[in-house]
Amino acid sequence: MFQFIIKGIFRDRHRWLFPILIVCAGVVMMVFTLSFMQGYQNSFIRQNARFETGHLKVVTRAYAEMIEQKPYDLAMLNIEDEFKEWQTKYPELSWVQRISFGALLDVPDERGETRAQGQVVGFAVDLLNSKREQELLNLNKALVSGRLPRANGEALMSDAALTRLSIKIGETVTLIGGSVYGAMTMQNLVIVGTVNFGVGALDNGAVIADISDIRQLLDMEQGASEILAFFENGEYNDKVASRVAAEFNAQYSDPEDEFSPKMLTMMQQNNLAYLMGTFSSMMGWMALVFVFIMGIVLWNSGLMNGIRRYGEFGLRLAIGEQKRQVYLGLLSEAFIVGIVGSCIGLVLGLGISLYFNKNGMDVSAYNRNTSILSENMVYTSITLKALVISFIPGVLSTLLGAALAGTAIYKRQTSQLFKELEA
Amino acid sequence: MNKVIARTINMSKSFPTGEGEFLALKNINLEFVSGEFTGIVGPSGSGKTTLLNILGSLDTPTNGEAEVMGQSIRQLTQRQSGELRSQHIGFIFQTYNLLPVYSVFENVEFPLLLLKMPAEERRKAVLNALEWVGLMDKISSRPAQLSGGQCQRVAIARAMVKKPAIVLADEPTANLDTENSLHILQTMSNLNKELGTTFIFSTHDDKVIKYLLRVIKLIDGEVANDDPASGI
Repeated sequence: MFQFIIKGIFRDRHRWLFPILIVCAGVVMMVFTLSFMQGYQNSFIRQNARFETGHLKVVTRAYAEMIEQKPYDLAMLNIEDEFKEWQTKYPELSWVQRISFGALLDVPDERGETRAQGQVVGFAVDLLNSKREQELLNLNKALVSGRLPRANGEALMSDAALTRLSIKIGETVTLIGGSVYGAMTMQNLVIVGTVNFGVGALDNGAVIADISDIRQLLDMEQGASEILAFFENGEYNDKVASRVAAEFNAQYSDPEDEFSPKMLTMMQQNNLAYLMGTFSSMMGWMALVFVFIMGIVLWNSGLMNGIRRYGEFGLRLAIGEQKRQVYLGLLSEAFIVGIVGSCIGLVLGLGISLYFNKNGMDVSAYNRNTSILSENMVYTSITLKALVISFIPGVLSTLLGAALAGTAIYKRQTSQLFKELEA
Repeated sequence: MNKVIARTINMSKSFPTGEGEFLALKNINLEFVSGEFTGIVGPSGSGKTTLLNILGSLDTPTNGEAEVMGQSIRQLTQRQSGELRSQHIGFIFQTYNLLPVYSVFENVEFPLLLLKMPAEERRKAVLNALEWVGLMDKISSRPAQLSGGQCQRVAIARAMVKKPAIVLADEPTANLDTENSLHILQTMSNLNKELGTTFIFSTHDDKVIKYLLRVIKLIDGEVANDDPASGI
């Protein structure tokens, strides 16, 4: 009987062509959209980790309370010994110290008077003693003009800010800020290069300098406002991160001491757990909406096909087939069509996703005025989950369509279906 | 003595209409014995098809009783009525109603698939049936490649392949020319004689009437006449 059904489907174009096209198009759309969303999510996580959160972050308990404001006056000071201890204790993590701060950038003219001024986001990282930050921030790739700092007193600027303030490479600028103790401080820096990270939030106006220069500016001897830790394999794992953070906090964090260190996982920062949860539920909703819409389209197609085949159903009932058998036959046909359509859709969707996985998709236009840390090129990420989420609804929607359309077999009297033989 | 294989007792059938009910059959009392070659004749709307539908357990009487193979049609569940049709009843239609996407062989094979007959046995039965109707050379053809007469012969083979007790034929020659009609009637008559299958036709075709051994005339849902006919 199965063979009989298969022959029937593929010899009758009306039974397979439209449903397969619909399912195929839907599955292609789903595979690509889910891969794109997964790629965007990965990019978002990666960018946040690199520039903002790390996979784990150590700050003081007081700083953690106001982490969104980046209060560097609540930073950790004299932490070199602890830093070395943590590096030894957690060899699976790579550690970097950073200071984020806000400052006024003053550009003097030849007489030393202000030619231009602007607010900048300061980003102090270890540029001179280790290559790790160069790798994390991908500085070589981000460098637009000039070179990377080689000595103290040299800094990088975002390319857009350099243009906006009419600064030339090699010019000296003055950062005006406040020390951790509240005093007004100034530091001259020579801009030796410009960068463009492809991240709107940073490219609008950032100064990147070596951490030793900024410690001097902010009067933070051996201090860092944030210490970031990254898993060596580059992949964030929330379970491992939560375990490490719990262990770290149990050992080093003292609830009675607001300047004791506290380790935060990536998902505990910047509302990321909520955002990631939203991403996941969006994918789930998409799958549901997909099943619903496709179900309606295929229901309609099933109805049209069913009406065309009432005569055949009548004949089959006359010959002795049960209504249940005819109905199950319809569902079997739908299942086969759904499987075939979904498989073709999966292959095509995979092909398109692979193309964008290799070449990326330029979304810089959407990032221009946003503070979200995401890359300008999004590379689709193909996961087994996305393939399954796309495949199953492809089959389900065909089954749903046929199941709804097929109820007409039960609603009509056998003799009525039989009469339609003559129609 | 021939066995009674179908009977109706005071059977009536009505259909709801916008203005009330339309009485399609009124107090029908008939008996059909095995091996009959019977025609139900009468003008359009006289209840021929309704009677055939009830005898074929595709419909149920509103009042009275209809029995086929000793089973009361009114009391059959859907499953039982399907089983009755698949095992004991064959249908032949005016418009052939072959499944267009299947070959001649597959069309004839279909009723046997429902009976879950083993493949080899099925093949033999289909070939036998096609031999009875003289279509051995059209095994792989699709219905669209056949003439009307050939299509009706396939329909006969499909009805006969499971060797049913009764074949119900609704205007089987209405769409055929004289030559093909006679050929079809001859084929059915031969099968009736060789296999002892009961044939019940609804028809108003004179060519058919000439072949019948019994003619039941329906007028306005009532039996107006029930006579042995001349039969060739």
